Amino acid sequence: MSNSDTIAAIATGSGSGGIGVVRVSGGRVRKIAEHILGGLPKTRMATTRTFKNAAGVAIDAGLAIFFEAPNSYTGEDVLELQGHGGPAVLRLLLRSCIDSGARLAEPGEFTQRAYLNDKMDLAQAESVADLIGASSAAAVLSAHRSLSGEFSSRTEAIKDELIEIRVFVEAAIDFSDEEIDFLEDRLVMDRIKSICQKLKTLRSLASQGNLLREGVKVVLAGEPNVGKSTLMNLLSEEEASIVTEHAGTTRDSIQRHIVIGGVPILMIDTAGLRTSEDPVEAIGIARALTNAEDADVVLEMRVAGMEGRPPTLLFDVDEAKKIIVVNKIDLLGESGRLGTKDGIPMVCLSAKTGDGVEMLKSILLEKIGVRRSDEAPFMARERHLNALDRAAEHVSLALSNIDVIELCAEELRIAQNAVSEITGEFVADDLLGEIFSSFCVGK
Amino acid sequence: MFFSKSYDVVVIGGGHAGTEAALASARSGALTLLLTHSMETLGQMSCNPSIGGIGKGHLVKEIDALGGAMAAAADDAGIHFRRLNSSKGPAVRATRAQADRSLYRQAIRTRLEAQSGLDIFQGSAVDVLVSGDSVKGVLTNIGLTIKAKTVVLTAGTFLAGKIHVGLENHEAGRAGDPPSNALAARLRELHLPAGRLKTGTPPRIDGRTINFTSLERQDGDPVRPVFSFLGSRDQHPRQIPCWITHTNEQTHAFIRSGLDRSPMYTGRIEGVGPRYCPSIEDKVVRFSERDQHQIFLEPEGLNTNEYYPNGISTSLPFDVQVQIVKSIKGLEEAHILRPGYAIEYDYFDPRSLKPTLETKELNNLFFAGQINGTTGYEEAAAQGLLAGLNASRKAQGKDGWCPRRDEAYLGVLVDDLITRGVTEPYRMFTSRAEYRLSLREDNADLRLTPIGRELGLVDDRRWDAFERKRSLIEEETDRLKKLFVGPDGGDQEAIKNIVGKGLDHEYSAIQLLKRPEVSYGALMSLVGVGPGVEDEVAAEQVEIQAKYQGYIDRQKEEVTKMAGLEGIQIPEEMNYINISGLSAEAKQKLAFGRPSTLGQASRISGITPAAIGILLVHIKRANQSSQDRGSHSRVVS
Repeated sequence: MSNSDTIAAIATGSGSGGIGVVRVSGGRVRKIAEHILGGLPKTRMATTRTFKNAAGVAIDAGLAIFFEAPNSYTGEDVLELQGHGGPAVLRLLLRSCIDSGARLAEPGEFTQRAYLNDKMDLAQAESVADLIGASSAAAVLSAHRSLSGEFSSRTEAIKDELIEIRVFVEAAIDFSDEEIDFLEDRLVMDRIKSICQKLKTLRSLASQGNLLREGVKVVLAGEPNVGKSTLMNLLSEEEASIVTEHAGTTRDSIQRHIVIGGVPILMIDTAGLRTSEDPVEAIGIARALTNAEDADVVLEMRVAGMEGRPPTLLFDVDEAKKIIVVNKIDLLGESGRLGTKDGIPMVCLSAKTGDGVEMLKSILLEKIGVRRSDEAPFMARERHLNALDRAAEHVSLALSNIDVIELCAEELRIAQNAVSEITGEFVADDLLGEIFSSFCVGK
Repeated sequence: MFFSKSYDVVVIGGGHAGTEAALASARSGALTLLLTHSMETLGQMSCNPSIGGIGKGHLVKEIDALGGAMAAAADDAGIHFRRLNSSKGPAVRATRAQADRSLYRQAIRTRLEAQSGLDIFQGSAVDVLVSGDSVKGVLTNIGLTIKAKTVVLTAGTFLAGKIHVGLENHEAGRAGDPPSNALAARLRELHLPAGRLKTGTPPRIDGRTINFTSLERQDGDPVRPVFSFLGSRDQHPRQIPCWITHTNEQTHAFIRSGLDRSPMYTGRIEGVGPRYCPSIEDKVVRFSERDQHQIFLEPEGLNTNEYYPNGISTSLPFDVQVQIVKSIKGLEEAHILRPGYAIEYDYFDPRSLKPTLETKELNNLFFAGQINGTTGYEEAAAQGLLAGLNASRKAQGKDGWCPRRDEAYLGVLVDDLITRGVTEPYRMFTSRAEYRLSLREDNADLRLTPIGRELGLVDDRRWDAFERKRSLIEEETDRLKKLFVGPDGGDQEAIKNIVGKGLDHEYSAIQLLKRPEVSYGALMSLVGVGPGVEDEVAAEQVEIQAKYQGYIDRQKEEVTKMAGLEGIQIPEEMNYINISGLSAEAKQKLAFGRPSTLGQASRISGITPAAIGILLVHIKRANQSSQDRGSHSRVVS
């Protein structure tokens, strides 16, 4: 089974920081290497290169490795680009790959190709299927989490407008015998122009991060001095470059936006949750409490040697949401480890030395429902933005083809398909239904 | 009592589906019997006397490209030809003809009688012979048993048909014909998933009582289009006009006053009618703001005075029908020859069909036409051709065939039916075809005749004509690719006139032809480029292919992406419930739909790319383990 199209994805595994990897697989890999690296690196040799975008501008520098088919993970030509620039730069790199002819990979698609190209044995099949299912569920989840309700409602609104305009255009083609002027002067053109504008606005808002959702809610609970702030700082410091992406979001001592393994997280420190006279602070506290109550995960912090003493919580917590964090193991001379206590997962770590923090990250991601896979969670968001780009491109083409109705219709169809990747499918029969309910057609 | 002969294929029903099925079956080499309850109504147009239209014309051309009879019969019987959407692009242009009913019937019957390997027999099927889960033949109403390897059932509206006029109703298959109740009851016993649909027809009017002088006249196109790729204008009989009139406020008032005796609005009809083709009472109720609705008065033939008022299909009581008709301009003195009526009938959920139109429940039984929930002669004929071909192939031990969505409207039709099912009578529209720019009337032969030849559907005469046309197109396209026009030499003034401005560098003639403003004719007027090919059809094809090339290429890319999935067959016995990784929703939908290929599965609503990925892995694994056991792969088609 050979796939002629080329797929690309940000393949940094969940929980790993620092270096990011963009992986590309398929028939166009050589061409893409030519565009981005200026040439194909020697096979299976890590080579230092400058990564360039479609316009030839350098966007990052790092290692490039080329694996020639069939001796690669997927069995196809594979190119791995390891950059240093953090997620924002990784996205630029991914976009360069797409501009050079790749498409965004579906969840689990690399593994799927590996399997189909006989790079895995029969025994692994079941887990491959599971992995595809799980990564796709994780992708849906993370798209929900990384894009706000406003993004969805704006996308829905654009979809509705696209359908409305398609109703007119398709009716003009299929029901031209009727005594109805479906394409009144300027009506169609004005509407298409308006859709085009709205797509561009949404696209730019989304890429600026203004429509980013607050993320997964993680509450840090514990008595004073168990080391909550130190842990929070440690978790957020490592991802500092990502935090800056969320301009305009609240950053105060009570709650902080951080990103772990690509998953946006709202970390809430309940130490700040006390009554306050200051009205501004009181509002902040009330908000934090609300957040804490519907938290996705609660990190219950204790001090090593005093694990048996749970902290007092100001709110009810479902056991299934809990992770016990035992801090300051360095004082007892222990090293980081994973375990369970009363069926609840427990991580022993030192927020001071960082020992055990990686374990916390992976158990946290697991709790959130993001599995380690080749699907970096923010790929889901990237897919949505990519869909908007394609929609905008084809709506513009519809506009320039407005005098050739069947070509205009074709562009609108493709634009709507792209938007439907975000909002869910809409088929020809639904469109006909709209035509029949809008116009009196038929004999 | 056994019939004297046993057959490869028995086709039940002599309508548009049945006749094409019988012809295709016999053409492709099966000994075939067409069983009809009445020899007089073979090829009968039960509703409006016209063939083609937007989307439907496309189907007719495809039937023709596969050697079917409908287009040729329409050329023999057409009395008013038009090309719809002629001001729009080639992809959405469509041929439509009013046909003389009796000439049409005659044209079909002539072709049936001329077909070798085809017998016709008059009799009503009352049962199918079932042995285990396979059909072995047919039993008729006079106690005859006819043995057959495969059976094609094209029952139209006859299965448990019930006609409504006002609050009165009676059992019938069509006005004047009895229904097939025994067969309907038998099929229901076999637990095939059945439902009820409804369709309607207007009262017919005596032309001698129509006042045409007050009406708008609509003639056919001055340059008449021809339906069949082998047809010519010389075949067309005398041409006569249609007439246009409208309903008015008075008509609408009569309709509203009769709603309390409407079988639709009083809930006596349970079947679902088409949203397109609504009854006049539906139009008046749903679009109450419209003060008039258009009616085409279509002649039923050259030697009859009967007119078909297209636009006032109704099941209101007869006295209201009289009021409605007489309130319309030009029809003040009109005499109704036949009352309008609604008819309800059984259909079977087409999701229980394979792409070959064989039922999944009963081997060797094929369904085509209204029984599958479609409406329209063209939709029926197209399915008939496919079912007849596949019944014939199965009887001869050959693999089935069905075109893909990117190859034919026929492919779109079948895939829509078997994947999505129907909620109302299904009618073809061009908006159903995502590859509309590639699926044109003008290239139906280029798309389908070669495969039709392989399948044994296309005779030598058609094949020779096709090969001539195809090589003309290829040679001319080739010539224009190699011919260059530039800013130097030649008649620069003429070039400027045709292209709109001077050329900045050399272009091939084909590149110039891609430009919207450059026509083939104009290009050929250039010295050194012309005179080009004389054959208009070939010239038109060269031009269309050049102009649409960019879009066609893009659609081809889309198709290539899908083609991998279309080629992967899903084993019939696939147990979805046991596949880990699939969501509960996906499992349930796949188990219900039992898609034949991964491509079809991907079009089931709610089936995600991830679910397809999982299926892909699962199929490969199942295939691998069966190979390990030493059996043959059945995955790749």
